[in-house]
Amino acid sequence: MKNTALTSTHEALGAKMVPFAGYNMPVQYEGVNIEHETVRKAVGVFDVSHMGEFLIEGPHALELIQKVSSNDASKLTIGKAQYAYLPNEDGGIVDDLIIYRIKEETYLLVVNASNIEKDWNWISSRNDVGATMRDLSEDYSLLAIQGPKAVEAMQSLTSHDLAAINFYNFIVGDFAGIEHVIISATGYTGSGGFEIYCKNSEVKQVWDKVLEAGAAYGIKPIGLAARDTLRLEMGYCLYGNDIDDTTSPFEAGLGWVTKFTKEFTNSKALEAEKARGVENKLIGFKLDERGIPRQGYDIVDGQGKTIGRVTSGTMSPSLGIGIGLGYVPKIFAEVDSKINIQIRKNAVPATVVKLPFYKG
Amino acid sequence: MNIPSNLKYTKDHEWVKIEGDVATVGITDFAQSELGDIVYVEVETVDETLDADEIFGTVEAVKTVSDLFLPLSGEIIEFNEALEDEPEKVNSDPYGEGWMIKVKCSDLSQVDGLMSADAYKELIGA
Repeated sequence: MKNTALTSTHEALGAKMVPFAGYNMPVQYEGVNIEHETVRKAVGVFDVSHMGEFLIEGPHALELIQKVSSNDASKLTIGKAQYAYLPNEDGGIVDDLIIYRIKEETYLLVVNASNIEKDWNWISSRNDVGATMRDLSEDYSLLAIQGPKAVEAMQSLTSHDLAAINFYNFIVGDFAGIEHVIISATGYTGSGGFEIYCKNSEVKQVWDKVLEAGAAYGIKPIGLAARDTLRLEMGYCLYGNDIDDTTSPFEAGLGWVTKFTKEFTNSKALEAEKARGVENKLIGFKLDERGIPRQGYDIVDGQGKTIGRVTSGTMSPSLGIGIGLGYVPKIFAEVDSKINIQIRKNAVPATVVKLPFYKG
Repeated sequence: MNIPSNLKYTKDHEWVKIEGDVATVGITDFAQSELGDIVYVEVETVDETLDADEIFGTVEAVKTVSDLFLPLSGEIIEFNEALEDEPEKVNSDPYGEGWMIKVKCSDLSQVDGLMSADAYKELIGA
């Protein structure tokens, strides 16, 4: 089990720690509902240092990224980030990731913790163009500072104008007394804010100063349980739940980051799949009655026939109802379609809704 | 950790209060703190007669679903319907307003098989 540079800090704060993707991570501090609400209404800070970071450098860096990424990284200018996925050869997804252009020939790839080794091997094995690759995952920490008050609460920690950093843009600058920190206007909550990349040796100072600066704004440390309810209220996919090695990116709704402006892994087959159309769609649904959908529950039609499967589900802390994501045939995927979720022995009625579930 | 000495306990982290032949059942302070914020308590076995150790319902926290096991054989005569709207009472008052069901026991000799507060304390290492 690996620790992040802040594991003992979380333990001292009384966090409940759980193993997640090989790391000892804080799942909650005070309670998932209060932490969730803190991010929706004020500001919270997450240690998500388990995420993986790869640096791709050199004159052939872009060439390698274009080969493995579904999105068109040639559109990235310095200071911009892009969401994408790594397609596999079989129509599925190796991982989803964010690609940052740091310098002219330097890109940072941020990948899921559970996939660090798989992604590294996948990209390395396709690096016949001579790009330089470095795995920084063990050396770098990542804090997510999320919520509507994040900009205001953190402004005193940097000489840069935080409000001027647009969504999916970033700067490299001073933050909490540390130089050369990546301040990125990204996140996984839908409530705005930043993600801060710094070295492990620097993160304790950053964490302490973030909590100090945020105190007047009601900042709290937030665990992985609330990270999951926050992302699910936005309908964001989680790798391993909603997308995996066997998922079609078009069924998963990732067509918007699939750009056929260049060739990439399996692009010919994906282009044909897009032209043909898919059979199933990832939908968001809300339960019409009491109950909580969970990953793996069957989605059934009015006659009780299984038509799909729930890939993520929870009780929405903001809405107070059961919500979930799952795959169903296209005829059931229209907004307002009626489906049922098989919860133990009951088929509980549910309605397909437009994502996100929560509009801040 | 609150473990009232006047109650009986099970290895499944439930508490039992015996009054005549009626047992009131809930989950312990330890169980609620391990589960975290409880968002749903489902009991659809009211009026059913079940054997000890059968599943009488489900308690759901944000991240987990746990079965509830009947500590004593008998008929489930009441569900605490206040939990339908306020399941968080299981967190805030597990031995009081957070009670879950009442059971009309069919075999009171089974009470001897339940754990004392001291034995339960030992089980959870409190």
